[in-house]
This record gives sequence, structure tokens and C-alpha cells, in this order.
Amino acid sequence: MKLDSKIPKGDLATKWSEYRGTMNLVAPNNKRRIEIIVVGTGLAGASAAATFGELGYNVKAFTFHDSPRRAHSIAAQGGINAAKNYQNDGDSVYRLFYDTIKGGDYRSREANVHRLAEVSTEIIDQCVAQGVPFAREYGGLLANRSFGGVQVSRTFYAKGQTGQQLLLGAYQALSRQISLGNVKMYNRHEMLDLVKVDGKARGIIARNLLTGELERHAAHCVVLASGGYGNVFYLSTNAMGSNVSAAWRSVKRGALMANPCFTQIHPTCIPVSGDYQSKLTLMSESLRNDGRVWVPKSQEDAQAIANRTKTALDIAEEDRDYYLERRYPAFGNLVPRDVASRAAKTACDEGKGVNKTGLAVFLDFAAAIERYGKAEATSQRIDNPDKATITRLGEAVVEQKYGNLFEMYEKITGENPYKMPMKIFPAVHYTMGGVWVDYNLETNIPGLFALGEANFSDHGANRLGASALMQGLADGYFVIPYTIGQFLSNEIRTPNINPDLPEFKQAEDETKVRLQRLLDIQGNQSVESFHKRLGKIMWEYCGMSRNAEGLKKGRQMIRDLKKEFYSDVFVPGTQEEYNPELEKAARVADFMEHGELMMVDALDRNESCGGHFREEYQTPEGEAMRNDNDYTYVSAWEWDDDNPILHKEELQFENVELKTRSYK
Amino acid sequence: MRLTLKVWRQKNGNAKGSLETHQVEADEHMSFLEMMDVLNQQLVEDKKEPVAFEHDCREGICGSCNMVINGRPHGPMQGTTTCQLHMRHFKDGDTIVVEPWRAKAFPVIKDLVVDRSAFDRIIQSGGYVSVNTGQAPDGNSIPVEKDLSLMAMDAATCIGCGACVAACPNGSAMLFTSAKVSHLGLLPQGQVEHKKRTQSMVAQMDKEGFGMCSNVGACEVECPKEISIENIARMNRSYIGSVLSTDK
Repeated sequence: MKLDSKIPKGDLATKWSEYRGTMNLVAPNNKRRIEIIVVGTGLAGASAAATFGELGYNVKAFTFHDSPRRAHSIAAQGGINAAKNYQNDGDSVYRLFYDTIKGGDYRSREANVHRLAEVSTEIIDQCVAQGVPFAREYGGLLANRSFGGVQVSRTFYAKGQTGQQLLLGAYQALSRQISLGNVKMYNRHEMLDLVKVDGKARGIIARNLLTGELERHAAHCVVLASGGYGNVFYLSTNAMGSNVSAAWRSVKRGALMANPCFTQIHPTCIPVSGDYQSKLTLMSESLRNDGRVWVPKSQEDAQAIANRTKTALDIAEEDRDYYLERRYPAFGNLVPRDVASRAAKTACDEGKGVNKTGLAVFLDFAAAIERYGKAEATSQRIDNPDKATITRLGEAVVEQKYGNLFEMYEKITGENPYKMPMKIFPAVHYTMGGVWVDYNLETNIPGLFALGEANFSDHGANRLGASALMQGLADGYFVIPYTIGQFLSNEIRTPNINPDLPEFKQAEDETKVRLQRLLDIQGNQSVESFHKRLGKIMWEYCGMSRNAEGLKKGRQMIRDLKKEFYSDVFVPGTQEEYNPELEKAARVADFMEHGELMMVDALDRNESCGGHFREEYQTPEGEAMRNDNDYTYVSAWEWDDDNPILHKEELQFENVELKTRSYK
Repeated sequence: MRLTLKVWRQKNGNAKGSLETHQVEADEHMSFLEMMDVLNQQLVEDKKEPVAFEHDCREGICGSCNMVINGRPHGPMQGTTTCQLHMRHFKDGDTIVVEPWRAKAFPVIKDLVVDRSAFDRIIQSGGYVSVNTGQAPDGNSIPVEKDLSLMAMDAATCIGCGACVAACPNGSAMLFTSAKVSHLGLLPQGQVEHKKRTQSMVAQMDKEGFGMCSNVGACEVECPKEISIENIARMNRSYIGSVLSTDK
């Protein structure tokens, strides 16, 4: 299969505007006759569905949630990037483009990323007009803050709830189109198969989760906006329901999965506290501005802390290892996410973890509290302040900056982070890989499109902070509404697709058989227990660091687990009812195959880049070693039960020079 | 810690429900939902049907979880969703009663799951600014007073969980509806449609079968996002103003 990225010719800076100006259009009278299915209604899906509706298409939108407002986009905290240069600090479209390419460790497409940077400014305008209450300065203009890995302030935010506010903006725009009759909303419906007719994506099989009924939905094309697959690790910062099934079902029908091994592990999350744990909570990256990361120098001290015979406060300054400051003096505690995560793992692998699971490091604010306290005492003209005064004043400053995060930490752990250092550990957070798409966001199946975290296109091997929201909304509001015309302009003579076609019946029958198979096993182990075991295998062998031997072993373990699953899982109830266990079982079954493909992909990529760290490919100091000669390509996988087939899309860098990232 | 749970079980919307008693061994570090996971794991191991309950993000922002715990929506802690409530706030040997939201406009679907789609329809009736993609002027073309923007943000933090309705003896959705009316009405972008929006959202709220507000104030107390009851006053003002106004 020859992969054609369909990147338009021409100068990088004008490519998108020229292409947009010459693209094929669908006339308003024809739009009324064309139907589009949108699967998923998070930032990407809701913004796309709303915009299609405004343009006059007939849209059917699907979510497995009870309302589009529950999509996991809602949990994003930090902010959204845009090259507005409102701060007059030298930002530009090119700079945002360059930062994103470099942050992605040179494994993304130049043209896609430049387009993302270009439309970023329009996103902010659109969201403000919708009434998104972004933070503002006293003069009434929009405020910005800075984020990791960049030297300008380009991040727009709404307190620590930017994702929530942006999603509600898109949800409200979608609600307006629902009320106007342009979008028909299907809540509590899950896509369980993709239907192809004559090679084109023409519909889906969806299960009404309340009644269990399988429904056939036909359209001229299908748009996937179903999010990422971080939950393949079981424990992640993703919501419990986030899953790979819509994407994976499309892969089973021939779509290609690109760079599946590129996953982002976020360094600052609240650690796992026990086997019962169901999900991990993020502590914003901003905390690393003032917190110092450390572990005890000796294993004995670490053990004592884990056994609660000592606390962090009993460890003398000279017995602490501030390992990020030691290893990366130039960036210290502010190294990028992938580097900070790996360093924490190394410390814990050496037996220096500081909780009972041995998987936690300290994030300590004592130095910041003292520093701020002294500064505050000086500004309040307090001479020779005692320690208590300094601490009191310092804690007040820290509370102003991070109060809500400290409160959340205390709620979850029951420990007061002002007095005791926080315990943190890396956790799976985002997946850069996803369904392969060309410049039009169209997959290799004509008429099937993928947006947002569900596709692979913009973040390469590592995503920068505050870029996920940007990409979701860019794809939904400002890219797909245009590029979908390239496909639909050739479909204006196609009458409505008939859901009684044999292809629909066949897909429905196959889905029914697949679900029934899960119910008929009647084994002894719960779906959850299989998911947990899968997650442990993924984390152990395809997590923060990988090696060839482990990846081969991990792949075999997943295959064995899959066999056991299909012979011993217990799923209660029937198909014809509301059955959350059955929903989970089908998702875990898909996660197992997808997890296997991640192992295969990670094994193929004999280099270390971004979130993908292969132990065999590192410098003597333990830093990632990229191999640009052999691996400057996108790995697009065609699924096969035994031997997935690799298709390569070579990446062309015409505008930026490939360099080694260094933080020493 | 060993707990006795009395959990509401109801096969479907038409069936009659009742409380079912179970013993659960929990850890004080668990969240309330993780304790419910333990119960469900137990039930599945006994080849019984697990308790259906809604949950997703488990970090207090998606608004999915909805349990009335010992008579209080989202349990005993102020400003906390069910998923953020931890077992250390309970004692060994406690008996905990877990029920679904109870309101006419939120019919039970199964066990602890209720139908909250009425909230979606209230938003669809006008909880938006009518601006198509691409029509927006530059983001900084309209300055917004910082304090107003913060007030709008406070109202906009509503997660649509429905605790306000569950807490209200009248099953009123005034706090939810007024939070959206306030959020948009306080901002210049939402001003143009403010009157029309208030009227149609209030009309939809009535149509869905939510009760009237009688200033009990329980909604504000139980709201996990601590949305202020001032929003209701603001909506009432706007509603009366819009009804009495002659210009449409």
C-alpha cells in the first residue's frame, strides 16, 4: 500500500491558505442532502458536529456518555496554546510550529503542524465569542501564562478548568445545532463496527446502551473523534470509559494505526496507593516551577519512610538526592515530561521509592516556602523574622499560587502538602499515536476521517503542554469542515445510503456474534481483573522504558492473556439490556489487540525518541538516542492477527533542521 | 475497615426498587467509588449482577457520578463529588445507605443510574451564544471587566451533575439553569440573547417537570462546585425584567 499524505505543494507558510482557497466545495443545496456521522463528542467531535450543522449538512452524532458534556476533554486543566502574540514577547505562527515540531522530537509532519499553528489564533476568537470565560487582566484583555518547553507566554486558560470551559463552549454550539434540527444526537450509543460499502466508509453499527439494541446508521461518510487509548494501561489519568474501540474497529476494517507506541507519561501524578486503585490523578506540571524533586540517597532511608518509621523531615539535607538538579543542572526540575518521568523511574528502580509500593518520589515545597517567606518578610519590613513567621508567610504565597492543587492533593491522600512533601509518580496521560490520516484528516479508507487525539498527526513522539486542546478544536472547527469537501464534493450524486444493504446486515450480525461470544464464556474471572493484568503487562514492558527482549515477552504475555480471557472471563446478563459489564468486556477485548500492536510497533522502532525510550538506544549518560537515518518515518500498521504489516510514510523536513534535544 | 452497605437496587424504570444489604471490606485510602468497585467485584465473583452506577473521570469534573449517601447528594463532605469522597471520612463498622438521585425529572434507569437528559434539553433551549464557526471577531476586540469574567467563570464551573435537583425538596433545577443564564448573561458576548435565553430556558425547565424554587438553599449547600444561590436571584431578576419588558 502506498501512503499518500496529500500534502499540498508550495511554501510552508502559505500552503494551507492556498489549498483552502482552491479546494472543492459542496453547494448549500447539496449539503442539505448529505449525511455525516460523527463518533465521539469531545472537543474534536462536538466542534466538528456543530460546524457541519452550521454549514447545512445532516449530522448524526454519537456518544457512549449520557451527555456530550461528559467527554474526557472536560478534565484538561492547564490551558490552550495560540500564537496570538498578545504579550508582544516574540511569539509567532512559526515559533509555535517550531516548538511543536521540536517538542515532538521530529516525528510529526511539518505541513500539519504548521496548519495547526496557523488556525490556533482563530480558535481563541471563536471560543471568546461563544462566551468561554478565559482569564483576563485588569484592563479587560485576555491573560496568558507560560508552559513547559517554550520561552513565550501563549497559553490561554480558565482557572485550572480550561478543558471544561472549552468543551462546554463546543457542547453549547452543538446543543444549538441539535435544537435547530441540524444534528441528531445519539447519547448512550456506542459504535461497535464500521460499515464499508464498495470500499468507502458508509456507516456504523451502534449499540443503544440502554436497551442493548444494535442499530444500523448510514451516511455518506464517517468521522471518528473518539479520543486516545491511554486506558490500555488500565491505570491512567484518562476517564474510566475512555477506550480504543471505535478506532480499533475501524482498524479491523482496514484503517491503519500509526505510531501506536508513542504514549505520553506525565511525571507528576498522585501515586498508586493500592491494588484497588482505579484511576490516577494529575497534579499540574506548573508545580515543578517551585517544587524540588528528590529521593533519599540510601535504600535504608527509603525503606524506613515506606514503613513509616521515618518521615521525609527526618532525612537530613546531605542524605537527599535531588536527582533532576544533579543530572540536568541547566533545566533542573523543569526538564520536559518524558525526561522527568524516566528519571523518577530510574530512582525507584534503584530501590529508593518512598511509599509502600516503592513507586513514588518527593516533590518538596519547603525550599520555596522558605524563599517566599523570607521575601515576604522583607517586603513587610519584618526584621529578623523567626522560622514560624517565615513559614507562615511562605505558605500563604504558595497557597495563592497552587492552593486548589494542594487542596485536591490533600483530599485524595489525606496528607498536608504544606507540611510534608508531596509524593508523586509518573502516569499515562495522553497518546500521540492514533489512526493514520492524510493532510485532509482522511484515513486510508475513503470517507473515514479521524480527528483530535484519535488521529496521530500533530504531536510526533511527545506532546507539549496545552497543545491537546488546541489540536482537538483546530481539527473540529477549522480543518475538517473544509477538507471533508474534498471527499464529499464527489458524492453529491450519491443518494442516501441504505442501511438495509447486505454490508450493514453482515456487520450487525458479526457484532451480535462477537458480543454473544463474550457472554457465553461464563468463566470465573471478572473483566476488570483482565484489564488490570493487561495494564500491568503494558506498564512493565511497554511503559516508560522498553527493550527488545521485554517487548517480545510482553507481546507473548498479551497473547496468552487473550486466550485466557476468551476461555475464562465472566460477563453477566444478556445483550438485550443495559449491561455495563458487557460494554467493558468488548472494550477490554479491543485493548488487548491494540496493546499487542503497541508492543510490535515499539519493537520495530530501534531508536529512542520522545515518549518512546528503548534502553538499547541511549547515550552513556542515559539520554535518548534518536536514529534519524533509519527511523524518520511514520509507522502505519495494518492489523493481522499474527503478523501486523508495516507501511512507512517517510517524513520530509524541508523547513527545520533535525537536532538533538539536550537539557544538561 | 468493615462496612455495611444498603444499596438501592432497581431492575429498570418500571420495576419497584428496594435496598439490598452487603458487607464490604474497604481501605481508608479508597475513594467511595473504589469501595463500590470492591462490592461489584464481589458480586461478579459470586456470579451476581453488579450494581449499576455512573462514573467516568473520577476527578470531580465530568459530573457523571451521582449517589445519595446517607441522605446527602455526594455524601457528607462540602464541595466534593462522590468520586472525590474518600473512605477515611467513614468509620470501621459504619452502615452506609446509597441511593440514586430522587426527582421526578430524573427517572431511574437502573439501580443508581438516572436519566438526566432533561439538563441537555434545557441547554438546547437557549444555553448558548448564537455564533457560527468563523464569525468571531478578534478575541481582544471586546474587553471584559476582570471581576465580571471571574463571576461568569464561577457560574460556568457547574458540572451538570444534578445534585442541586436531588437536594431540593421541590426537585427544582433553578441552580443549574441560573448558573448557565448567569455565566452567559454576565458576559458581553451573551448579552444580545440574554432576555430570550432566560425566558426559553425557564420555560423548558418547567416543561421537564422540575419543581419551583422556594428558597430552601439546599442546592447551594450540596453543590459539589459550590455554585452560589445568587445566580438564582440574578436569573429571577432577569426573568421578571424580560417578562415585563415591552421590547421583544
